[in-house]
Amino acid sequence: MEVLSDNNWALSVGTFLPLLGVLVMLFIPKAQETATKAVALITAVATLGVGIFTLTQFNFDQAGKMQFVAQTNWISVLKSTYFVGIDGISLPLYLLSMVITVLVMIYSWNHVPEPGNTKAFFALMLILQTGMAGTFIARDLILFFVFFELVLLPMYFMIGVWGGENRQYASLKFFLYTMFGSALMLVAFLALFFKTGAESFSIPFLIEQGAGISRNAQIWIFGGMFVGFAVKVPMFPFHTWLPDAHTQAPTQGSVILAAVLLKLGTYGFVRIAIPILPVAAKEWAPWIGLLAVIGIIYGALGCLAQTDMKRLIAFSSVAHMGFVMLGISTLTSFGMNAAVFGMVAHGLITGMLFFIAGSVKERYHTLEISRLSGMLKQMPRMGWILGFCVMASLGLPGLAGFWGEFPAILSAYQPAAGLSEVTFRIFMVIAAVGTVLAAGYLLWLFQRIAFGEPTAEFSGDSHDDHGSGIHDVNVFEWMAWAPLLAAILVLGVYPNLLFKIIDPAVQGVLSAFGG
Amino acid sequence: MFFAAETAETVETVLKSGWFLENAWLIPLMPVIAFVLIIAYGKKMPMKGSEFGIASLLASLAVSVGAAYQWIQRVDSAAPEAFVAPVIKTWTWWESAGFSFGIGQHIDGLSLTLLVVVTLISTLVEIYSVEYLRGDIRYTHFFGALTLFSAGMLNMVLAENMIQLILGWEIMGMCSFLLIGHWWEDGANSRAALKAFFTTRTGDIGLLVGTSVLFFASNAWTQKTLGISGFTVRGLSAWALSGDPGHAAITVGAVALFIACIGKSGQFPLHTWLPDAMAGPTPVSSLLHSSTMVVAGVYLVARLYPVFFTGMNILGTNLNLIVLIGGITIVIAAALAFVQADIKKVLAYSTVSQLGYMMMGLGAGAWLPAVFHIFTHAFFKACLFLCAGSVSHSASHHSFDMKKDMGGLRKFMPITFATWIISTLALCGVFPFSGFFSKDEIIDNVGHNGYTMFMVLGLTGAFLTAAYMTRATYLTFNGKPRGAAAGAHDSHDAHDTHDAHASRGPHESGLLITVPLMILAALALGAGFLNPAPLGEKWERMKHWVEPRPEVISPTGISVMASGPGEARVLTSPRAEEAKHESPCGTTTPTGGICVAPQLDHAPFKWSKALMSMLIVFLGGFLSWVLCVQLYGKKNPKLVGLTQRNKALGAGYLFLQNKYYLDALYEKVIVHGIAHPVAQAVYWFNQNVIDGVVNGFGTVVRKVSGWVYRNVDQRVVDGAVNGSAAVAQNAGSAIRPIQSGKVNQYGALLFGAAAIGALILVIINT
Repeated sequence: MEVLSDNNWALSVGTFLPLLGVLVMLFIPKAQETATKAVALITAVATLGVGIFTLTQFNFDQAGKMQFVAQTNWISVLKSTYFVGIDGISLPLYLLSMVITVLVMIYSWNHVPEPGNTKAFFALMLILQTGMAGTFIARDLILFFVFFELVLLPMYFMIGVWGGENRQYASLKFFLYTMFGSALMLVAFLALFFKTGAESFSIPFLIEQGAGISRNAQIWIFGGMFVGFAVKVPMFPFHTWLPDAHTQAPTQGSVILAAVLLKLGTYGFVRIAIPILPVAAKEWAPWIGLLAVIGIIYGALGCLAQTDMKRLIAFSSVAHMGFVMLGISTLTSFGMNAAVFGMVAHGLITGMLFFIAGSVKERYHTLEISRLSGMLKQMPRMGWILGFCVMASLGLPGLAGFWGEFPAILSAYQPAAGLSEVTFRIFMVIAAVGTVLAAGYLLWLFQRIAFGEPTAEFSGDSHDDHGSGIHDVNVFEWMAWAPLLAAILVLGVYPNLLFKIIDPAVQGVLSAFGG
Repeated sequence: MFFAAETAETVETVLKSGWFLENAWLIPLMPVIAFVLIIAYGKKMPMKGSEFGIASLLASLAVSVGAAYQWIQRVDSAAPEAFVAPVIKTWTWWESAGFSFGIGQHIDGLSLTLLVVVTLISTLVEIYSVEYLRGDIRYTHFFGALTLFSAGMLNMVLAENMIQLILGWEIMGMCSFLLIGHWWEDGANSRAALKAFFTTRTGDIGLLVGTSVLFFASNAWTQKTLGISGFTVRGLSAWALSGDPGHAAITVGAVALFIACIGKSGQFPLHTWLPDAMAGPTPVSSLLHSSTMVVAGVYLVARLYPVFFTGMNILGTNLNLIVLIGGITIVIAAALAFVQADIKKVLAYSTVSQLGYMMMGLGAGAWLPAVFHIFTHAFFKACLFLCAGSVSHSASHHSFDMKKDMGGLRKFMPITFATWIISTLALCGVFPFSGFFSKDEIIDNVGHNGYTMFMVLGLTGAFLTAAYMTRATYLTFNGKPRGAAAGAHDSHDAHDTHDAHASRGPHESGLLITVPLMILAALALGAGFLNPAPLGEKWERMKHWVEPRPEVISPTGISVMASGPGEARVLTSPRAEEAKHESPCGTTTPTGGICVAPQLDHAPFKWSKALMSMLIVFLGGFLSWVLCVQLYGKKNPKLVGLTQRNKALGAGYLFLQNKYYLDALYEKVIVHGIAHPVAQAVYWFNQNVIDGVVNGFGTVVRKVSGWVYRNVDQRVVDGAVNGSAAVAQNAGSAIRPIQSGKVNQYGALLFGAAAIGALILVIINT
């Protein structure tokens, strides 16, 4: 594969700069909270700056090729190298992780959840950032695995320390479940390594060699990767860690989890599993598609049964990631494009929804849907922002969600050659039904929370002063949310901003399938 | 005419174009900008944002009218039977799989008809709303949503391709949700909003599926022949008539799209949302739920007519899905209009019924009459709704209950009454009001094309229409004022912010309300003369300007050339005129070119037929009048309470009252079923079965690991694990309560297992 390696320092700096920030933070006394926060935020902004530099230097005419490539010796005994690069698929996700980290930090400025400990909280977010960015640029499986696992620990602590009442169960479940998946993934990576002659963990090398592995071995290896990635996505039936983790996690954790962490799984499919093991991918595709559409319907029905706003949004992720996986399972460039767009769109929209849920919880001290009502009356701006995000989430054209959803449905009509058209057309119709259910649970949520009169409990009519702390969107929230809202709108109105760079890269990924 | 082989005989014509035609894409864009301004600055403006909306719509109206004028010149610049190329513009919007898909404009007679109607009615309705909603708590929001709605509709109308059409379609749906639920403090309103969005969205499954099916079926052909995608209106139209489409694909695609049309245009059996949508403010009912948004489905059928023509085999058999649904809807909805007490609901069912006429017309090959009916219906139905609004605003104290709060308003509201009567006559199809020229043409052509049974349904509908409109007119304007109209106060209205007028008793509304009424009434009276079949071919201007001519054209003949603004060149054969009735479009495969419109026949106008249908209308009106006088006026004891005494009549009445029990089926059975038992069952499965497995696995692992810890770990594995455990415990000293030690064990265990597993896998597969 032809590579472009100008400015090859950019990715490494962009990835590891947050760790430098953590190092600096270690020397700041715990009591100086503002200084700690400032250092963390400056680091995150500087990281984003490097990301934006990468964006400006990115050669958009060559979006299908790996750029900023750097390769150097790393663990020679494992034949693993430090090998990074970025193309049209990774770039949006790489930048998304940076943007989300900055916004989450802005939001956290005056929203550090109980039990405090600002320093640790911000440090964990920076470590998380390194892990996320690293995963998206890694071109070596061991490197990928290290970053992929690096993400786990900070998130585990975030949920376990700053989470809700049931945080211990949720965090342990999250950790072990993901770990279980990772273990199988590692098995698969090692098997792949041995089957290709134990020469290298480099992804381009494995893409060349992987096709030569026997069909049976491919299917087994793919299976290992599948579990690892599917847990992360999460796909039905490996999803049960998600509602617990989301519900218990602090707002910041939920946002990062939804916006970026889930994408590590789908990214793994697109970047690693499918291009390296094309034969197995074809065998697995109908099953992945099946689980994806089950997830769409099942997640939606799960949403309808929820009484807690945050848990509802969490379940909606299962449904939305189902659309992403459906797109991937078609093994066509239509589907993959939709999937990558869907990853970004879901990150923005669901991230935003979790932000709102956090702010609602902070004001009302509850997320029980039946106790919330008339939000538009008490907090009109917050209410309309929720309305906007709900519309985006249900796939309204003109907002980002549509471009992940409709093309995914479209692509299922005609999957890659060799896949059963009938099967996928059935999936298409089921997925289309899923859009109706999505409209159902999201609008129902909006109708119950935002419309109507505030309940007596919060309207100030009763003798409790529950209603007194309720104020509309504050300045930190505006700063954290405005970029996300703008991105949802801009990508919705002019989707080609993303499609233009994704498409060539996707064509590259699918070259094993004959385009 | 097979000019490709006979170039010597062809003549090249440069079609006229102009600035307005070329820049018609500005028409939806201006309201979008106004929407942004309203949201950003509306509340600070002297007229609270309504000025942005009205100004943008006036500008859009001006561009639409300009474009329509230039289109007429364009038509006149072409040879009498030559194809007039639409003015198409496109910019890249998104790309995928190496194809690029556009957004732009597709301007021809059909889209211009709708553009003019929508901008005109939107403008009038916004002006009306300035008075009608004065002092409303969400005045600015209202104008924002209304303006965005217009933008969505306009965008859908001039859409160059299906994705752009979906964009406008869904934006309308969303605005409809906001506007129906405008007074969302009341649970009933927000539920109606949810219902409307949800029902149309259910139909939209078809839109997504149909678009996908048609895209993949046609894309290869359109790319090869025309160099455009299988989403484009032009591409799909040409493909549908090319003889290329496989039978199954185009039928499935057409049926799927039609399901979306059923939902959006309130056709049976998805019509149930439309009457509930009357919960919105009256201007919303007038604009969205009668004259514009609900015709979106009809418009889609008309826009992609070749697809439906081929897919549904229109004219090929004497029954197809479109004509069937349309015909059923006419009668089903008209019958429901009889049992309504709410004047707006009468009009809502009337709208459903009239949309049925349009669908039936399209399904029976009466394309132009159906499109003409969209045009005339928009004026008189908008007028009727605004009259109802005027009554509630100035006479019945915000009530819409004809039986309780109206009556005798004829004397107090002369303008409202006069405009109502004109529009009612137009709706009933009385000569020479506009509805006559469109509705009668539909009925006539449906019969002419061999759909005799549906002609009968159409005539039945005409009878029923005259009857229920007479009843509504009688209850509202005749007799003596009752209830609120008589000055009785009722505290049922939560949105009332201005009580002053109530004490004055019923009176005529102000100019901001009556002027739009008069303009619309004038159009309801006169618009029919744009295509008066009785006066002969020469008078049928609408046919001349709007109906696409079914000619075989070269693939490049309809593309805009780079040479200048809109200078489409059309190759026509001098023999075209004689070849008129030999056009192969729609019947056989065109050779040497493409068709974008099928050859359709027109029924010759006969006074005898027209007189017969007029007679039916008068009969309906007369019988209804007699009944009303007896029942409501004289309270004839034989008629009052008849439905309670006569079992059969009572059952029929109950059946209608309950809207054929469709609502009960949808809400109580389907929606409630999915939202409650099914969702609960799935969630139970999730928590107890799937999660049970996960937790059970966790417990087993914990037990096993305890055993391993005692027996293996303590003796065998120590150095590495203990070392890493120490590190983790130091780092996580703040997190001691979370059993970090255990996590570590699991981790170590899993990694060990991973290595062993990998080894086994490799050995097995070697």
